[in-house]
This record gives sequence, structure tokens and C-alpha cells, in this order.
Amino acid sequence: MTAASSAPFPADDPLFAATDLVKRYRRRGTRKDFSAVDGVSFSIARGETLGLVGESGSGKTTTGRIVARLEDPTRGAMRLEGEDWLALTGPALRRRRRDVQVVFQDPQTSLNPRMRVGAQVAEPLRIQRLAAGREVGERVAALFADVGLPPQAAGRLPAELSGGQRQRVAIARALATRPKLLVCDEPVSALDVSIAAQIVNLFLDLRDRHGLSYLFISHDLAVVERIADRIAVMYLGRIVEEGPAQQVVARPLHPYTVALLSAVPDPDARAPRPPAAVSRPPALTTPADWSGCAFAPRCPSARPRCTENAPDLFALAPEQTAACFFPGELAPPAI
Amino acid sequence: MNGEPARPARPAPILSVRELRVAIPVAGAWRPAVDGVSFDLFPGEGLAVVGESGCGKSLLARALLGLAPEGAEVTGSLRLRGRELCGAGEDGWSGVRGSDMSLVFQEPAAALDPVLTIGAQLVEAIRLHAPVGRRAAAALARDRLAEVAFADPDRVFAEHPHRLSGGERQRAFIAIALAADPAILVADEPTAALDVTVAAQVLELLDRLRRDRGLSLVLITHDMGIVAQRTDRTIVMYAGRVAEEAPTRDLFQTPRHPYARGLLRSLPRLRESGPPGRRFEAIPGVVPDLSERRAGACAFAPRCPERFALCDRRAPDLYPAGGSLARCFLYAPEILAAAAILTERGSSADAVPAP
Repeated sequence: MTAASSAPFPADDPLFAATDLVKRYRRRGTRKDFSAVDGVSFSIARGETLGLVGESGSGKTTTGRIVARLEDPTRGAMRLEGEDWLALTGPALRRRRRDVQVVFQDPQTSLNPRMRVGAQVAEPLRIQRLAAGREVGERVAALFADVGLPPQAAGRLPAELSGGQRQRVAIARALATRPKLLVCDEPVSALDVSIAAQIVNLFLDLRDRHGLSYLFISHDLAVVERIADRIAVMYLGRIVEEGPAQQVVARPLHPYTVALLSAVPDPDARAPRPPAAVSRPPALTTPADWSGCAFAPRCPSARPRCTENAPDLFALAPEQTAACFFPGELAPPAI
Repeated sequence: MNGEPARPARPAPILSVRELRVAIPVAGAWRPAVDGVSFDLFPGEGLAVVGESGCGKSLLARALLGLAPEGAEVTGSLRLRGRELCGAGEDGWSGVRGSDMSLVFQEPAAALDPVLTIGAQLVEAIRLHAPVGRRAAAALARDRLAEVAFADPDRVFAEHPHRLSGGERQRAFIAIALAADPAILVADEPTAALDVTVAAQVLELLDRLRRDRGLSLVLITHDMGIVAQRTDRTIVMYAGRVAEEAPTRDLFQTPRHPYARGLLRSLPRLRESGPPGRRFEAIPGVVPDLSERRAGACAFAPRCPERFALCDRRAPDLYPAGGSLARCFLYAPEILAAAAILTERGSSADAVPAP
């Protein structure tokens, strides 16, 4: 470990905090900008898992990429252990990247198809100069054991492994630098049911073993409810609800959270639930001159007020916030 | 072998599959990736085929439409309204695809023509199978796009595939597959790439088509939630074979095959009681590779919590188990008889696991 910061970081401060992140893109073929991420703030404590849920276009993947500094926000601030995470550049950023690593959805595309997986796990060790010589092999072997891969898998190419094993390789690679925060973007969505269960269990084991924090991005509320301490629900670039995971699932306050929960197919149900509260498909963005709530056009609870002003995140229950003028009106789906 | 559970008189099956095998060459040897699959599909029925990667379900989907990959060897019987299609050749298939049977799969980029607009492809698909004018076909095409939950069918109609998002392309693909009003839709993970609220709308559409037009659906998926809510009957595949066939309701209430039981136990469910951070009940191990599959033994035995000596020595058949069929010795008549004798004699009933 290098002595990066002189002042000790207070243990009860959040490990990571994002304030008012905005990411604007230009829509292809137009001169119009739109905000993929539009004023997002959250924090993650040490050892805590924040689940970020939402549909495509919600900005959850962009948020994850900004947190991992794969992309810079248009505006906003981020602190990693109290340090200005956005101010870091060049070698300082490269060194600090070891603390924030990413696991993507599809290891098929995140791993090099022509490189043996042992070498791919060793790569970050060499780049970050965390090990040299024989030590590299020992660290790789320990990482393989950590993620439940047999040692002989190191000599294989990605294509010679199963999907679950490939995701274990991607996790081992992410863990190589002993990160404090792991950004996981749909890490089990491409996997089979029984394998996804194994990998979620692995994430839980790793958290217990290493005190890792996760930003766990997923569309699967049943998985997120289980793994996350808190859940933030995103819609069109904004967090519309945030709170303790089980509380949000049991007592959702925002109509969009209710709609998401209603749309989860329930394996124990005899018949589909009544169609989700929302009937209209999502628009990718709201019109530029729209000043109301972004969800109002799809919302069964919408009133004139909702089309005039956009609600802020209100604290509505212990530790639970929702951006809605009429929260808790829709009953959560019975399960 | 296909001992259909007794049920009230039904119309004749629209599709009858018997001992379908799809062998592919792996390292110089023929390996059956689909290994003797039999089932009937009835008009308006929703049949789910579930299983994990490598169980052969996607290959089965393609074989049902005569689209097995080049170099694969397809044997067995595939009868559409009594007409044998297995070995029919391209001529035999050409009138079938699109009008009688359609296939939807997960990589719409591969299925859509990149140089034609979605509208042009829809109009072509509609006019290929029905004598309608261009204008009428275009109107119908817009209806089809609205059906698959596009709020702005006119925009999508005029777009080229690459201008659409992945989810939009998937829905456009479904619209094209349904364009000619086929009797059977084989859908391989049709909603895996879609957001939950959009997926729900597409699944609603498929339900409606079954109800209103008697569409028969073969739904290939790994999403057990969708299976439970949207299908009548389920085939659980493991390592190329049918592990269990059951009315969907029975499968979820009383799964018979140990693999089916493990699969259902490993599902994440909302609002389950228990402490946060508890582990999922995962099935240990992985699906065996095609080249690692053992002949003359149960393919699931290495991962099975209930395996006993016989499982490594012989391959089980499909045995009746309640209203279901299960490929497991726990339901083999000779094992059940032996267990009964042991129980009668009062000797340790533990010698044979109770079914």
C-alpha cells in the first residue's frame, strides 16, 4: 500500500459519496442534449451494498461508469474515502483505481478471448505493481481459490470455461487489486438460474470475507432485495426512491417502484398479476419543455400538479425517500 | 415413451415431436446435444422448455423449424398437423416457416436485414403470406408494431434496425415473426433482453394471441417466473434430455426430478422471510460439457443430492410420477417395488431413498 493520504480517513464517514451527478449526452444526429444522469446523489458506507435498480435508459449503467471513473460526469462531485475522486488524474488516478473495480454483465466481452485466464487475473497485479516474480503466481492461485475456481482453470481460455466460471474469472480479476468498492453492473443477468445463485452467494461471501462495498446495479429486484442493504430506484436519470432494501420492497412509496415490483414474474403465482400499473411504454426522455414529474405521463396516480412541477426527493419514512407528491397511494403488489 | 398424462379429450396436436436428436460434431465425434426429445403441442397451448445453458433448448428451438446449424445431424420425427418435416429438405420447410411456424430468438441483430427499414421488412413478411396490397400491409404493419408495445409505431416503421435500441429491435423482431399470423411461435428467450415492464407487455401480447387466435407457443426460457405465469405445460431439460415434463402448476407445486427441485429452490423470490444477506440455495457444480456427458448413467447424478449407486450405472428412462414424467430412478417401477418390499419386511427403509 502506498501512503496516498496523510490524514487518516474517519471510519464512520461514507466510503464513497456522489453529489448531484449529471451526465449530458448529445442525441445522435441532432443538436439536442439529454441528461442520462440528472442530479444523482448517494453514499455508500464501508461494507455496505447499495442496489441501483431501474430499466434501460434509467441511467444506472452510466452512473456505475461514472463511479468507476470510466466516464466523467458533466457536473457533480464524488468523494472516495473523503478524497476528491474526480480531481485525480494521470498516475494518481491510475494508482487509486485499484480501490474501485468493476464487474460487468458479460464476461464474454470483458475478458480477452485469446489470453489464458490466469494471465488475465495476473494483469492488474503487474500493472499496479502489486506483485512480482513468483508472488504473482501465488496471488493468482489465492484469487482463484477466493472465487471458487479450480487452480487448473488458470491455463484455460475464456471460451473453454462455462459462463459462471468466466464471471468468476472476471470477479477474481476485479479483486486482484484488493478494491474497497466493487461496481457490479448486472453481474448475474447473463447467467443461468442455478449459476446466478452461486455467483450472488459468492458476492455475499466476498463481502463477509473482505469487508467489500458494492454498488450493485441490476434490474432484478428479487436479487437486489437479497444482496443490498439499501436500494435506489432510478427513472430517466434520477433517483425516484431510496431506502432500506426490505422496506422499499415491502412498502414502496413511488408509483414507479410499485410498477417495477408488479412486473417481476413471481414463480409462485398461479397466474400473472394484473398488468403492471403502468400501461404506456417508457419514453426515453421527457420533452425538453416538460417541467413536471418525469414519470407523470405513465403514472396512474398523476394529478395536474404532477405535470406542473417535478417533485424533489422527500423523506417520507425512516431512512426512506421518494420523489412523489402522492407517495404510497398505489398498493404494492401482493406476494 | 411419451405417456401423456390422462386429460379430457383434446384436439389433435398441431405439432408432434418424437425422439428428436440433434447431433453435432465435437472433436471428431457425433455428440447428441438434443438427445431423444418427445412432446406434443396442442392448439392454443403454451409449452415452456426450461433448462440452463448447454441443456440443448436453443438447438431444439432451431431444430423445430428446420434451422439446426449446418453440419448438425437431425433425426427423429417432427410432424406438423400430421405432415412429417424431419428430413423434408428446404422445399418442405419453405412453406412452413413464417406462415405455420415462426421463430424468435435473442439476437435480433442477426435476424433483421440491416439495409431495410423495419416497416419494409414487416410489409414483406406480411405480403409473403397473405394477398394484401402494399398500403393495407403497411397499415397492418403499424398495428403489429403497436401490439409489441411501441408507443410510436410510425417512427419505428421508418427506422433501420441499427437506429433502434436492443429492446426495440427485439420487439420489432417479434412483430415480424408474428406478421403472417403463424399457428405456432417458437420463442427462444424472447424477453430476456427487455426491461421488466416492456417484457410484461410483450408477454401479455403472446397470452392474448393464444387466447384470441389459438396461437400455440413454445416458450424457451430460463426465467421460471415467466414459466409459472404464462404456460400450461413445462419441459425441464438437462444435458440434452427431458428431465421432467409436467403441467406447469404441478411442476411448481411438486417438482419431481431432483434437478427441477434444485432449480426451483435456487430462484430468487421477492419478500422471502429470513435475515438479509442469507445465501441462495444454489445447485452445486455445473452442467456437464457435451464431451463430458456419460453414456449409461444419469447425467445429473454428479450434482444430485439424492443419487444412489444405480444412478452411475444406468441411464434412467422417463417414468410417470403423479401427473408428470420424470427421468429419475426415484420413480422407476422396479425401484418403487423394491422399496415397497423392503418396507414390508421391516428392514431399513433407508436402504433405498424414499421417492
